Amino acid sequence: MTYLLRRLEFFVVTLWAALTLNFILPRLLPGGPEVALRTRFHGRVNPAAIKSLEVALGVNNNDSPFQQYLSYLGNLLHGDFGVSIGFFPKHVVDVIMLALPWTVGLVGMATVIAFVLGTLIGIVSAWRRGGVLDSVLPSIFVVTSAFPYFWIGLICIYVFSITLGWFPQAFGSSSEVSSEWSWTYISDVLVHSILPAFTIVLTSIGGWVLTMRNNMITTLAEDYVKMARAKGLSPARIMFHYAARNAILPNLVGFAMSLGFVISGALLVEIVFNYPGLGTFLRQAVNNEDFPLMQSLFLLITLAVLLAVTAADFLTAWLDPRTRERA
Amino acid sequence: MVEYAAASGPVRAVDRVSLTLAPGEFLAIVGESGCGKSSLLFAIAQLLSPPAEIVSGSVRFLGQDMVTLADEDLRHLRWRSYSVVMQSAMNALNPVMTIGEQLRDATLAHEAMPGRMLRRRSEEVMRLVGIDPVHLQSYPHQLSGGMRQRAMIAMALLFTPQLVIMDEPTSALDVVAQRSLMIQIKALQREFGFAVLFVTHDMSLVSHFSDRLAVMYAGQLVELGGTRQVFKDSLHPYTVGLMQSFPSIIGERQVLQGIPGTPPDLARPPAGCRFHPRCPHVMPVCRVEESPVFTRSDDLVRCHLYANGHGPIASIHQRHD
Repeated sequence: MTYLLRRLEFFVVTLWAALTLNFILPRLLPGGPEVALRTRFHGRVNPAAIKSLEVALGVNNNDSPFQQYLSYLGNLLHGDFGVSIGFFPKHVVDVIMLALPWTVGLVGMATVIAFVLGTLIGIVSAWRRGGVLDSVLPSIFVVTSAFPYFWIGLICIYVFSITLGWFPQAFGSSSEVSSEWSWTYISDVLVHSILPAFTIVLTSIGGWVLTMRNNMITTLAEDYVKMARAKGLSPARIMFHYAARNAILPNLVGFAMSLGFVISGALLVEIVFNYPGLGTFLRQAVNNEDFPLMQSLFLLITLAVLLAVTAADFLTAWLDPRTRERA
Repeated sequence: MVEYAAASGPVRAVDRVSLTLAPGEFLAIVGESGCGKSSLLFAIAQLLSPPAEIVSGSVRFLGQDMVTLADEDLRHLRWRSYSVVMQSAMNALNPVMTIGEQLRDATLAHEAMPGRMLRRRSEEVMRLVGIDPVHLQSYPHQLSGGMRQRAMIAMALLFTPQLVIMDEPTSALDVVAQRSLMIQIKALQREFGFAVLFVTHDMSLVSHFSDRLAVMYAGQLVELGGTRQVFKDSLHPYTVGLMQSFPSIIGERQVLQGIPGTPPDLARPPAGCRFHPRCPHVMPVCRVEESPVFTRSDDLVRCHLYANGHGPIASIHQRHD
């Protein structure tokens, strides 16, 4: 119990630190939202209108940085993330809600698939060390993981969609299919997600395969695995309950972290496939110096990573009895 | 014969060792670290894993050769007919499962059993080794070293097998715990009548408990005989050396003598008798020719001193292996 309390304490402190950094960092960037606004509407809107816009957005006011910091924290507590500058007059929350399902769906599923598949391949290839599977698959995935994923994405688009025409080239769904919960819409979204998901899985699976295989090989040399064999347990039980169950523990935190980073989207993959996810929005926010959106996205990413790591800590505590008392 | 594959060629860890164990017998195998005693044990238990493998020989148990037995058949024999107690109980128990879960695992692998009976059986074996059954809910790291070792023995007794193979089960314990564990093992053996194959480097530990003693050196069996017999009247110069290297509680005070030199590298064993570089009785023949095995009823010694009926005991006969 103390262990879990300490993890929660850590969570709160880190969250505060992240919020503060999140406040400071964008203000260190050159330029500012007011400059961006003026550039954007240059010559088309009269200065008075710009002035009122600035007031509406709450930028370029004369508060001291500390006052800004306090009102920033206060607004966050009320769930008020402000109005987006790039997508004015939409609220940041609405903009994010637009993109979030796409990214969570695509990158989240791809990450889970890569982890599960990679872990399974790692387990089996360590179990049959030196076998056919072990000598082929890990080497292949190491190579694919070394490729940058926007490059793999481009190759995939060229081969599977331009040359073979099996899959659509870009976007999250077809414009001619209306976005309602119908079977045609769902299958359309699925078809659109296959190539980007494949790209993410292909480039991220290698790490899971290798780490799991190495953890497994170390664990398989443990006496309790030999003991499990001596007990005459079935090979599957030894492989999963005795070897893999112990070997997976160090990988859980890494998996949680990567789940947290799902929110940031696989930025380049989303750009390559023109996918309407958070990664694409983040890029636009940076280009527009859209402070509220940028800050909220960074905040969301931090929050997601922190939540995921805390969840991993709880999961580890549940799976590994030794951590429960280590606090 | 057991060989370990190594980059420089195979290393023979167990070389032409032949042992017979009678039902209910307590046989101790002693020797220095690296003499192949644990390799021999794991070869018998069919637990060698690469790079170690049995290159030739057989292990006959209950009328079957376990070396050629199919994995699936072997699996049914394991634990039910023979069980293993490993050297370090901390590492031999799965750290993420409770003792109870591990007992249940071993039981269910061989017998479908309703939960209530299973619990009763588990509590029974825990009481046998003197641990409170509440510790079925404990994880290995919550028990002391001695308790973990007892829990392992409890696990080994789930099916009251015919043979319990023990690899230095007491080496991680202090002397007091060692002795009480040995007494308990012996008592359990008397009660259930299983045979024990016990590997240790501590001769004085087994002196009061084993029926017969096998001495290994550099992968070979150099002497085998009744424990009393070997202690009173060691035949092989190596055994004699071992006897002089630990103190006797009774008897007069004497200077302990170690055996000079170190055990040979098994990748490049010395020519002739493997013990000759360290032997006080070395003869010219020892340097060139390996000694045959000489037997006297069930006893055995591998040393040139006993060739042609010479040496202290005339009734020794040469055996061809």
